[in-house]
Amino acid sequence: MAKDIQKDEITGTDTTGHEWDGIKELNTPLPKWWLYTLYGTVIWGLAYTVAYPAWPMLTSATPGLLGYTSRGELAESVNQAKEGQKAQLEKISAASLEDILKDPEMLAFARAGGAAAFKVNCVQCHGAGAAGSAGYPNLNDDDWLWGGTADHIYTTLQHGIRYTVSADTRDSQMPAFGADGILKPEEIADVSHYVLTLAGEQADAAKAEAGKQPFIDNCAACHGEDGKGNADMGAPNLTDKIWLYGGSVEQVAQQVTKPRHGVMPGWSTRLDDTTIKQLAVYVHSLGGGQAAVPATQ
Amino acid sequence: MKHELLEKNATLLLIFSFLVVTIGGLVQIAPLFYLQNTIEKVEGMRPYTPLELAGRNVYVREGCYTCHSQMIRPFRDEVERYGHYSLAAESQYDHPFQWGSKRTGPDLARVGNRYSDDWHREHLANPRNVVPESVMPGYAYLYDNDVKLEGFGRHLKVNAMVGVPYSNEMIENAEADMKAQATGENTDGFMERYPKAQARDFDGNPARVTEMDAMVAYLQMLGTLVDFSTFKTELEPR
Repeated sequence: MAKDIQKDEITGTDTTGHEWDGIKELNTPLPKWWLYTLYGTVIWGLAYTVAYPAWPMLTSATPGLLGYTSRGELAESVNQAKEGQKAQLEKISAASLEDILKDPEMLAFARAGGAAAFKVNCVQCHGAGAAGSAGYPNLNDDDWLWGGTADHIYTTLQHGIRYTVSADTRDSQMPAFGADGILKPEEIADVSHYVLTLAGEQADAAKAEAGKQPFIDNCAACHGEDGKGNADMGAPNLTDKIWLYGGSVEQVAQQVTKPRHGVMPGWSTRLDDTTIKQLAVYVHSLGGGQAAVPATQ
Repeated sequence: MKHELLEKNATLLLIFSFLVVTIGGLVQIAPLFYLQNTIEKVEGMRPYTPLELAGRNVYVREGCYTCHSQMIRPFRDEVERYGHYSLAAESQYDHPFQWGSKRTGPDLARVGNRYSDDWHREHLANPRNVVPESVMPGYAYLYDNDVKLEGFGRHLKVNAMVGVPYSNEMIENAEADMKAQATGENTDGFMERYPKAQARDFDGNPARVTEMDAMVAYLQMLGTLVDFSTFKTELEPR
């Protein structure tokens, strides 16, 4: 190919010297603004590698003049957010749950913080409105398996229920009266009818009557002779028409035969104490929260 | 102009393009294998147990990664929702890694011990039983599929070939270990080989080792190996 650079008459621009079948190519220079922008980006790119971690060396990369790390940036943004809430969080961290419930300002803050934490960590089981579902308790009602004071809720949140990872977890096992052969199937049917009458629900009167003695012999130790339960052992109240695993005779009998045992994870390894406190306050405030037990009791 | 030589010779152009790409690749990839902050060691990591590995195989087979990531990025919103950001070492035994890039569902990097086994079973069988607004498909058939115990050691062997430190003992005992973990019985040898692993009947059916066992076991260990109450980054934050 001939290196025959000519000046084009019409445009006044040099040709490249390439020629194919009589067609020549103009060597039109790049617009100045474009070219300088390109040089600018090259300089910017090099400066960037000086300012930020970039060039790999023997054991580590150059750290960059600005000292940026993604972990550092995260720590900063977390601290910044905490800083904004610091005054409130410190107050909550220092206050007892009872004090938080009494102070309207702290209460409002704790409920908002608790609501946010609830949406992230709790809704998967207890539902977006905390109404629960079969096997997962409703947190809006007055029925509490392990106690409904703010302190009780706080303890449950910290260590969970039957959560083997935590040594302090709440734990209780209802015996499998049917599967382990403690009661005969007829007795279980009778007891189930009796349990329904405790709650004032429809049941076969004769069977219920027959189920009373087996109930007192086998169930009253935990659920109480009146069937009102015992929150210290997580024994549910059987008189309130709130049934965790269903309230038909069959469902009650199924639970007596081979009980299901719900598991709730403990959160003290996952969430900080202030967050757990806020969660306790939030759950307590959903509607069923009980006042702390008076000292006289 | 020497450039003409390349432009007019396709084979030469190919060779030189390949060289350029190679250099670019080396510069970008090779340092990641030796730079201290990309190969940070973390206490607590251990290879997957055979049952977890089987669960992981199901996870990959069902394409869970198309909707779930396993990578918590170091941003405040992610850390507050999912927990401590993921460390490179936490996926060091993943072949292939399950970081994913799409979150139709939530990130699962730290889903372990977050919900009960019961919840996982119900949720896998039909997600809407526990999360009414969920769009996840149901996987109830995991209850029916037995994990193929026989010769499972080969899965460990293949992983060992690509660098996962499975000992011969682990490979030989793969079937026994899987049974032990899925029943919670005779776990002495198993616990010795895989310290702190969780062993119990995950699927509520002690008679069989099903894919539900494997899947729940895998999910329940995700992100739980590193103890972040004692973890200190070796890297200096600014």
